[in-house]
Amino acid sequence: MGRRLALIAGVLGVCACAYMLVGLTGPLGFVLPYRGGKLAALALVAVALSVATVLFQTITANRILTPSLMGFDALYVLVLTVMVQALGASGFAALSPPTLFAVNLAGLAGLGLVLFVVLMRLAKGDMVRLCLTGVVLGLLIRSATHLLQRLIDPGDYQVVQSLSVARFTQVDGTLLAIAAAAVGAGVALAWRLRHRLDVLDLGEAAATGLGEPPARLHRQALLLICLMVGSATALAGPMASGGFGPSSFFGLVVVAFARLVTPTHRHAVLIPSAVLIGAVVLIGGQLVLERLLSLSTPLIVVIELIGGATFLILLLKRRAA
Amino acid sequence: MIRIEGLHHQIAGAEVLRGIDLTLPEGGVTALIGPNGAGKSTLLSLIARLIRVQRGRIEIGGHVVGQTRDRDLARVVAVLAQGAHVSARLRVAELVGFGRYPWHLGRPGAADHAAVDAALERFDLTGLRHRFLDELSGGQRQRAFVAMAFAQDTPYLLLDEPLNNLDIAAARDLMTLVRGLADEAGRTVVIVLHDINYATAFADRLVVLKQGQVVAQGAPGEVVSAPLLADVFGTAARVEQIDGRPVVLV
Repeated sequence: MGRRLALIAGVLGVCACAYMLVGLTGPLGFVLPYRGGKLAALALVAVALSVATVLFQTITANRILTPSLMGFDALYVLVLTVMVQALGASGFAALSPPTLFAVNLAGLAGLGLVLFVVLMRLAKGDMVRLCLTGVVLGLLIRSATHLLQRLIDPGDYQVVQSLSVARFTQVDGTLLAIAAAAVGAGVALAWRLRHRLDVLDLGEAAATGLGEPPARLHRQALLLICLMVGSATALAGPMASGGFGPSSFFGLVVVAFARLVTPTHRHAVLIPSAVLIGAVVLIGGQLVLERLLSLSTPLIVVIELIGGATFLILLLKRRAA
Repeated sequence: MIRIEGLHHQIAGAEVLRGIDLTLPEGGVTALIGPNGAGKSTLLSLIARLIRVQRGRIEIGGHVVGQTRDRDLARVVAVLAQGAHVSARLRVAELVGFGRYPWHLGRPGAADHAAVDAALERFDLTGLRHRFLDELSGGQRQRAFVAMAFAQDTPYLLLDEPLNNLDIAAARDLMTLVRGLADEAGRTVVIVLHDINYATAFADRLVVLKQGQVVAQGAPGEVVSAPLLADVFGTAARVEQIDGRPVVLV
């Protein structure tokens, strides 16, 4: 396992270097920091989503669902809409990036927590119900967002639309630092849960018998998931809306691949493995598309394609088993 | 000692346990028997704190369930839930190793490895230690789960219908091992059994439940009789004494 992890880390190193150095033109003093910022943001998003997905799959005892699939992305547009609604376009535009980020994160993490607690309550450990409830709640959030968007001033609506469709290309250094702190804290706390998560994998009864009642661990893990996915989304915007942040299938692909490459029940291996693979997929994918193929196809198209296929395969394998 | 006082329990509005007062002494094997739906598994799950106590009090080895820290209780009582199943792909030794978790909290030391080896040895799993659970027979897998509970090294051991789906050889093997846990390792075993003959053959004490109440308890010879079977299970089966213990002729 150790050697495989080292190998993936090596691949990641190559990808990162290539991302920084391939096709350098123009003044280095501008290009390198620009690329560095984007690289750091990509890495942060990858780490946050991979760890969050591992946690989510463990506490829901399934290998198919991810926080993004369960309607987290939809929250992003809702939070944006509510903010514009409350502040007006000019008030919204006047917010400093860190304030915007903080409000975004608080809104996303708070609502995400509510979403997941409701989901887990309603589903009661039933996979199919969890899946269906997630789809329905996602729809509900989108509909609520649409309703709000109808209600606001058309001028303000333009702001929401431009914000939720296209995303910045320049990464703000302050934001990056705040997001890194939030994601770093989330990952560090998740790492501390690793042994307890192993025990949770044994099932609720066995975990309780071993002194790890699932309810408390569920709450802690959900909190971390919301913190990490919220930070990543607030930093980069969900992929579905043109950002390079969370996409529905990214976490799924990454964790499924991590389980394949490093088959283990130990979160002490699975967490780093998912982190490394997530970073390789996002940075390597961006590298290939942007630099080597010079395509303007967003990475999301490729990831969602692979992700959709992975999702189907996992679903069919489950059926067969 | 396990002391239960005034225990009531409702599931979805239906009363499953209706005023259980029960004291189980230290040591030996106690079997909980009774018809389907009598509340055996609910009672065991309550003792094992797999379900929250609604009304009444359960004390196990001086610790009150619900008021004792989960980690402390995990060093007092180990439980094998009904139909135990693990979704993660584990090897036998890894599963048994989890039994040590309450003692090492994720960082096993030499003593923990020794305890796992001892558990594997006692349950005749040493040769299978590197096998995955899904590569085992039903009997071997159930042995691995009981070995995990044994490795937890608790004075109390609660087993919920461990003989389900086992053939006669596997069932007798497992019960002999469970018997050994009480006789040689000095554990107090409480076990839910479906088959009365296994209960009379291997248990020191029987507790008979019917509709959420204890209707009889004591040594198998004192408890099991044709009138009791007729009353509790509603079936007219003959009971014969063979080698000094009651045997139900099915």
